[in-house]
Amino acid sequence: MDWFPLANSLRIAAVSTGVTFFLGILAAWHAARLPRVWKGILDAALTLPLVLPPTVVGYLLLRLLGPRRILGAWAMEAFGVRLTMNWQSAALATAVVIFPLMYRTARGAFESFDENLARSAQTLGLSDAYIFWRIRMPCCRQGILAGVVLSFARALGEYGATSMVAGYTPGRTATISTTVYQLWRTNNDALALRWVLLNLAISSAVLLAVNLLEKRSGAGAEGRRR
Amino acid sequence: MSIAVRLIKSLGGFRLETELEAGNETLALLGASGCGKSMTLQCIAGVVRPDQGTIQVDGEVLFDAKRKINLPPQKRHTGLMFQNYALFPHMTVLQNIQAGAAGERDAARRRQTAFELLERFGLEDLARRCPAQLSGGQRQRAALARVLASKPRILMLDEPFSALDSHLRFSMEQEMRRVIREFAGTVLLVSHDRDEVFRMSDRIAVMGEGRVERIGTKEEVFRSPGTRNAAVLTGCKNISPVQRLDCGHIYARDWGVALRTDRPGEGADWVGLRMHGIRPGEGENSFLCTVEEVVENPFSYTVMLRPDGNRCRVPIGWELDKKTWEKIRGGRQRVCLPPEELLLLKG
Repeated sequence: MDWFPLANSLRIAAVSTGVTFFLGILAAWHAARLPRVWKGILDAALTLPLVLPPTVVGYLLLRLLGPRRILGAWAMEAFGVRLTMNWQSAALATAVVIFPLMYRTARGAFESFDENLARSAQTLGLSDAYIFWRIRMPCCRQGILAGVVLSFARALGEYGATSMVAGYTPGRTATISTTVYQLWRTNNDALALRWVLLNLAISSAVLLAVNLLEKRSGAGAEGRRR
Repeated sequence: MSIAVRLIKSLGGFRLETELEAGNETLALLGASGCGKSMTLQCIAGVVRPDQGTIQVDGEVLFDAKRKINLPPQKRHTGLMFQNYALFPHMTVLQNIQAGAAGERDAARRRQTAFELLERFGLEDLARRCPAQLSGGQRQRAALARVLASKPRILMLDEPFSALDSHLRFSMEQEMRRVIREFAGTVLLVSHDRDEVFRMSDRIAVMGEGRVERIGTKEEVFRSPGTRNAAVLTGCKNISPVQRLDCGHIYARDWGVALRTDRPGEGADWVGLRMHGIRPGEGENSFLCTVEEVVENPFSYTVMLRPDGNRCRVPIGWELDKKTWEKIRGGRQRVCLPPEELLLLKG
């Protein structure tokens, strides 16, 4: 069995999750402080990839990144880099798809933060940087962590946008999901089943980890309440 | 230590317009919820920005809208204890107090300050606990210790006892009075509880709908509240709209009686009468009343009186101790509403 699709899937999921971690938190942080109307508009725009069919996201990305489209042509001319049909473009497409998950969970966490904690910290003379990193982030840790794990799990399962933007090239862009489709299409049922089982195992493990994490934090809160 | 505040702040449909001055004393802001008491404190602390006005502490300008001065809260050194204490939930008691002492550059001194405060508030054994593991009283002590660790110039307490069970309030109040005595500077106390305010403060500012309606020593404010709102907040239960009859007499419309007053010069929209201001027997403003209901309290009776004459719309409440009532009890009572007990109030 060729293990490349597994490594590639993990690589794409890790990179896209890493990128959305920062961008999602940044967007959530700013959105949480916007006036209501603007928040509503921005929220809709940033959540769109969650509800659009992945093929539509893929199509839109290809319109932007394709070799003869604005960004794609520019990147080719300026740097000699293709923005499609490689694993980096798959990571980009995945990042777009999982962005709303990170953004929404982080925003929820930021919004449920008791603003009086930040206020009282200010009156105690603590710097704004200290308040953000040592008070706000730790208090929102649970929500942000949940966002990361969910994003990663979703990234592992991304198929539509990835397959449109990066295609299926064995040894180059093949991921678990595109491999399963390819194997099934070519009647290689036995191998497809193995990948399916592997995928099931990984996804279950991730979700179990989420549950464990939640249970531990729940027990922690219980212990603290005593 | 002194503070002078004059500020205007609009938020949604609400408008706050406060003017306050306080020296080395405890000034209580007494008001119903939503009257702008807490927002006043937050404006002083700098976490809410007023639209107009000035804020000065010890002569230093912390905020001046015209001169575009607005010191960040970090530089104001005004200690504000929030209603829910706002202890950092992920830090231990010791870490919370140390965070309060962040202004102290030297780490060893910071530690020492924190340990001194732990000891002073009897929190040594709880130093490694998180706020969620503390009782209400312990949380309040930790919050107080944290505020004091920041060495504030003035101390502001926002409804300090509202998060406590009633049986805890009394003992925490004693502790708070000790802290205030030792602080020996300007203390602003926000509360809606008249008893608490009377026991803890020197002067009282009564607030209503975003304004300071009445400010004075606590004795003055309780003796003559001046406004209907202030009378309600200081615990006056009998209040009736009035009509002026002639110089020296008013007609209380809800009670259906004409009353002689002490202060004929004052125009008034309402008359107030505290429940224990009524005296049994003959005298000035005395009326024969029917007892409508007798309510037994743990240590007193509340007797609801309806003056004869069919014009009374709202009965008058009379509170008296158990022995006195048991001596005179009966369905008909002659009582007098002494002129000196009548509070003449503006709308």
